Amino acid sequence: MNIGKKIWAYRRENGRVGVRNYVAILPVDDISNAACEAVAAHIQGTIALPHAYGRLQFGEDLELHFRTMIGTGANPNVAACIVIGIEPGWTKKIVDGIAATGKPVAGFWIEGNGDIATVAAASRKAKEFVHQASEQVRVECDLTELWVAAKCGESDTTTGLASCPTVGNMYDKLVPAGLYGCFGETSELTGAEHLAAARAATPEVGEKFMRTWRAYQNDVIEAHKTSDLSDSQPTKGNIAGGLTTIEEKALGNLEKIGKEISFIDVLQPAEAPTSGPGLYFMDTSSAAAECCTLQAAAGYVVHIFPTGQGNVIGNPIMPVIKVTGNPRTVRLMAEHVDVDVSGIVRREMTIDQAGDALIDMIVRTANGRLTAAEALGHREFVMTKLYRSA
Amino acid sequence: MSIPQLLVHDPVDNVGVVVVEGLTAGTGMLCVVTHDNSDFRMTVGMDVPIGHKIALKDLAVGDTVIKYGQDIGRIVAPVSKGDHVHVHNLKTKRW
Repeated sequence: MNIGKKIWAYRRENGRVGVRNYVAILPVDDISNAACEAVAAHIQGTIALPHAYGRLQFGEDLELHFRTMIGTGANPNVAACIVIGIEPGWTKKIVDGIAATGKPVAGFWIEGNGDIATVAAASRKAKEFVHQASEQVRVECDLTELWVAAKCGESDTTTGLASCPTVGNMYDKLVPAGLYGCFGETSELTGAEHLAAARAATPEVGEKFMRTWRAYQNDVIEAHKTSDLSDSQPTKGNIAGGLTTIEEKALGNLEKIGKEISFIDVLQPAEAPTSGPGLYFMDTSSAAAECCTLQAAAGYVVHIFPTGQGNVIGNPIMPVIKVTGNPRTVRLMAEHVDVDVSGIVRREMTIDQAGDALIDMIVRTANGRLTAAEALGHREFVMTKLYRSA
Repeated sequence: MSIPQLLVHDPVDNVGVVVVEGLTAGTGMLCVVTHDNSDFRMTVGMDVPIGHKIALKDLAVGDTVIKYGQDIGRIVAPVSKGDHVHVHNLKTKRW
């Protein structure tokens, strides 16, 4: 099914469609942040992605680190990528992973060179990449070629009444037409896990979801909790907004996946979907920046973020579109809102109309409109760490 | 339709959500059930902020609170119809 809506976007070497055109300066590890930030300060049109990790990680946690780094550099919103690490081994591994997409990428390392020589060499290459990227032109693409992820935050009761059903309506319309969708927040489906499992496309996918959910309960929540989590999940903001229990929060959260579609697979954190177009569930934390960073690393190029109380999250490489149905948040925090669906709670707007308004905003954002989070400089890039380093 | 003060997800729910700011005790509310667009009237017993829940019936300790037609936790202090339902009288059954 082709819904006929077109966007103007960047067609990358591997055929994927990007809506932004960054030259990313990616540190392999925490101690290479300074060099990356120096390159980004020197060469206009680049963006550094500093983060806190990358040293002495091992096992599944190290695999996740590489997957997140490679996936971020490989994201179609990135035109070209400079990778800087302390040493050549892991730097080359990340460069090679990104190079598999066919996009321009180059690696530099600091040991034996020092920050200054490394920054000089990386800056020369970054300047070359900026010239290449800035001559890329947007071409006409189908809206449904986009990969669009969703996650809600600082939710309240209006989230389940208005903004999450708006996202669900968008997915119900676009996923059958070929869109890749993604929802996550494993712990935050607690209380609605049976309803989520029932939305899996096959019993096998449903069981995979339940195994993932149970593992998060046992290995993360039960292993580390000191209370009923009533100070963390729901958050203080959720409670101020009227949400009382995790079950209530989860039921509102799940409204994001619509009423008609099923999810076709369960992804590990930052894992790229490989089962074709459709909706995917990803095993993620429910913390906004961690979840968005993982979804961007999986290749998603646009993010829809329903909020009740006004989470201000952004992402450095993926535009985050804010949707709210809370009239108070619209009144007090209008600068953070891209799509106002508060008409739903006044019964002035239907969910169907709200879904269409969101689709319109996805088209405008894909065509180049900066989101509220982009205009306000939100670039939260937060790696997920599974356990302590060696 | 005029603007409702309270929205209820499902006909079987025993709580609804305040969707207007500045709702004060004694207000006669227009309540709409979003599932089937049916409506009813009810009086709120206390000042309740936007986004917070109101009991649609008297609830006793141990009762299950139903929203979206689903279990969202248990009552831990008695609640009268029209009163505020939140962390002081409703707790999770999980964790």
